[in-house]
Amino acid sequence: MASGIKDRVAILGMGCARFGERWSDDAETLMVEAFDEALADAGIDVSQIDAAWLSVGFDAQNIGPSGIPLAMALRLPNIGVTKVENYCASGTDGFRGAVYAVASGACDIALAMGVEKLKDTGYGGLPVRTRGTTYDMVNVTGSAPGFFAQLAGAYRAKHGVGYDDLKRAMAHVSVKSHQNGAKNPKAHLRKQITEEQALNAPMIAAPLGLFDCCGVSDGAACAIVTTPEIARALGKTNLVLVKALQISTSNGWELQGGGWDGSYFHTTRIAAQKAYAEAGISDPRRQLSLTEVHDCFSVTELVTMEDLGLSAEGQAWKDVLDGTFDAEGEIPCQIDGGLKCFGHPIGASGLRMIYENYLQLLGRAGERQRQDPPSLALSHNLGGMPNQNVSAVAIVGLEKA
Amino acid sequence: MVGIIAAGAYVPRLRLQRQAIADAHAWFAPGLKGLAKGERAIASWDEDAITMSVEAARDCLTGVDRARVARVVLASTSHPNADRQNAGIAKEALNLADEVAAMDVGGSQRAATSALLDALYAARGGAGDVLCLAAEKRPAQPASELELTTGDAAAAFLVGEGAVAAEFLGGHSISIDFVDHFRASDSAFDYNWEARWVREEGYAKIAPKAVNGALAKTGLSAADVDRFLMGAPMKGVNEAVAKASGIAPEKVADPLQAQLGDAGTAAPLVLLAHALETAKAGEILVVAGFGQGCDVLVFRATGEPAVRGLGVLGWLARRKSDANYVKYLTLAGHLNVERGMRAEFDQKTALTALNRSRKAVMALVGGRCTRTGTIQFPRSPISVAQNDRAQNTQEDYPLAERRARIVTYTADSLTYSPDPPCWYGAIEFEEGGRMTVEFVDVEAGYVEVGAPMRMMFRIKAQDERRGFTKYFWKAVPDYLAGENAKLAAE
Repeated sequence: MASGIKDRVAILGMGCARFGERWSDDAETLMVEAFDEALADAGIDVSQIDAAWLSVGFDAQNIGPSGIPLAMALRLPNIGVTKVENYCASGTDGFRGAVYAVASGACDIALAMGVEKLKDTGYGGLPVRTRGTTYDMVNVTGSAPGFFAQLAGAYRAKHGVGYDDLKRAMAHVSVKSHQNGAKNPKAHLRKQITEEQALNAPMIAAPLGLFDCCGVSDGAACAIVTTPEIARALGKTNLVLVKALQISTSNGWELQGGGWDGSYFHTTRIAAQKAYAEAGISDPRRQLSLTEVHDCFSVTELVTMEDLGLSAEGQAWKDVLDGTFDAEGEIPCQIDGGLKCFGHPIGASGLRMIYENYLQLLGRAGERQRQDPPSLALSHNLGGMPNQNVSAVAIVGLEKA
Repeated sequence: MVGIIAAGAYVPRLRLQRQAIADAHAWFAPGLKGLAKGERAIASWDEDAITMSVEAARDCLTGVDRARVARVVLASTSHPNADRQNAGIAKEALNLADEVAAMDVGGSQRAATSALLDALYAARGGAGDVLCLAAEKRPAQPASELELTTGDAAAAFLVGEGAVAAEFLGGHSISIDFVDHFRASDSAFDYNWEARWVREEGYAKIAPKAVNGALAKTGLSAADVDRFLMGAPMKGVNEAVAKASGIAPEKVADPLQAQLGDAGTAAPLVLLAHALETAKAGEILVVAGFGQGCDVLVFRATGEPAVRGLGVLGWLARRKSDANYVKYLTLAGHLNVERGMRAEFDQKTALTALNRSRKAVMALVGGRCTRTGTIQFPRSPISVAQNDRAQNTQEDYPLAERRARIVTYTADSLTYSPDPPCWYGAIEFEEGGRMTVEFVDVEAGYVEVGAPMRMMFRIKAQDERRGFTKYFWKAVPDYLAGENAKLAAE
């Protein structure tokens, strides 16, 4: 049995570009913006970075299929750069590459950068793309909201939840995230909305209305990681350590097999259980201080609360309506606004979540800082569709947590 | 005895109200109001002569062993492909053996009767059972009379030797290049000559010769005819031909103009399939197809059932009235609407991959693990069954005739669809196996977790850049109930 990643890697510095419609910027300037912040935070020189990982979700609209754009943008000293593309979970997967490199001892300091320049498509939402020659012949070329919307009907059927009840709970998820995003200067969407606005918005993919869908943004986020020993040697005293890092990938059972009812994420349940075991967490709802989850759609966040064991099965919609996951609630979710309002530059999102958890743990989150001092924070980064996906769970925490 | 073993039909679900067509054109072509009665069947954007003929064939082959089929012939004047065998695509969709012969027939409004006549002669000559398909999605120019009078539909017949439902007594053909209308290969629409001349010099003079020729060959007289089956693209031409042939007016079959429209070359075969739903033993049926001459076929009903599926009646009953003329124009491709950038997605098909996955894509053949019994779509070297690492243990498992139920669903208004919103979701087949698939011919109230569905062969997407049609299977509400469902699954 592997001993796991717990406490073997420290975050030396992080940075995040302002997310949004960055009409004047391209991937290169966004990466530099995130990197400058991370490098200053780490207090090192670029020459000390041994290897780098670059996460991007949509290479066709973006920077192409290699690590070269990162090396060029940052003028890295000819170190190895690995391009990571794993749908919307690319950010956490790139982080995993850097963390594993350090943990293995092969590198002292490694960099993970996620970037996405999505607002060059000419239309809203994610770009339409192929999923492979054979897949395209026998599967549906739907939209992301179309695939995630299917969670809702399946969840209602399984748990006997009325349409209006679930719709209202979904609205609450988004209202909460808009409240949080309004306090975040780097967030894409910074306006509060009302439940009525969410409920009455135009339908995108039934039952998901406009406000049930996250923003599609330009942005970049970056992490520099090292060993706890090197971090201390570099003068860091208050360390944020990686407690768990798990990725679970669908093997086709949900899509082709029998038994999955479409109301939850099979992979998230597996990744969460492994991550809790790795981090030594037995009661996540009590032990975790806060979470950043992959709220690409309101309903995704809602069912993910159950998949992460933060709500009992069939009860998340009630917990949501009770305010359990609000900023002032028992266990806040998306205290930075989440994908919904911080925005969703695909390759950067997983790193953005870790960035927020890092800031919260260090008490550096400004106006949105959780007052009850956090010690253990989870991020959940999902790529793909409910029926076929990559689910990544990262837990970071303070040294003693 | 050679004749018709089984018959089937297909009529698309949407029925455009003729009043809506006439109203839309009233400012420009007020004369059309004389045709503004009843409704016509319209194929959706994802239906063409091939998909409709496949559905008619499935209807025809309900409860029939498909291994009987030795040849498949598809007649149409609206073949989607000029040089890719249309009948061959139907053969694939029906999952017929590769040893089955296939042939397209076209070029005239009597293509279907010629094809049926040839199929009967072939069967008589020992060619084996022939699946004769006829389908029409006639391109009709907006504001033309044809736009109101035509209707999209398909018919299918299995002809051969043995216990037939209708014995083929004989046929007669006349060929004259009488050009009442024409459409060149590269033209979008027909060009028509004066209707009075067409009726009096064409139908009334040519068709009766063919009818009388056929009756003479079979030793019958006009008085023996119980049903005269002929399409009526112009009101009353069928009655005029009957009269000139000596057939009593009450023997003329209703051409289904009120509820379907004239299905072009498929019309006489649709009428024949309809007649066989009720024909009693001994009835004499005379079928005529007119177009640059005339074919006439004479049958005697045996009393054996020919229609085991829905038939024309069943398909006509599965209807959705529509009064949205602009929607029709859009679905038919006559209105170049702004479709948005999502429609720019390149739909190129890798022909190598299509060939490799031919059975999965065209016939919806999945796999069944011979060790665990797990059914899945598509097949894979390692089964989707958990905890079983068996490799290459799957055998072909056709799913097209299996019933299914909805597991998840959505109505997607964001993704591009020619007929938004795009409904889709996961379905699970009753015997096992699941897939994520588009839903068509659905209403919001029907789609729920657990709702029963069946599969239908439709157009998945058009690669407009290269002129290639992508076909695949979609799920539709399972309107086949009880016995029909059981028979279809056999």
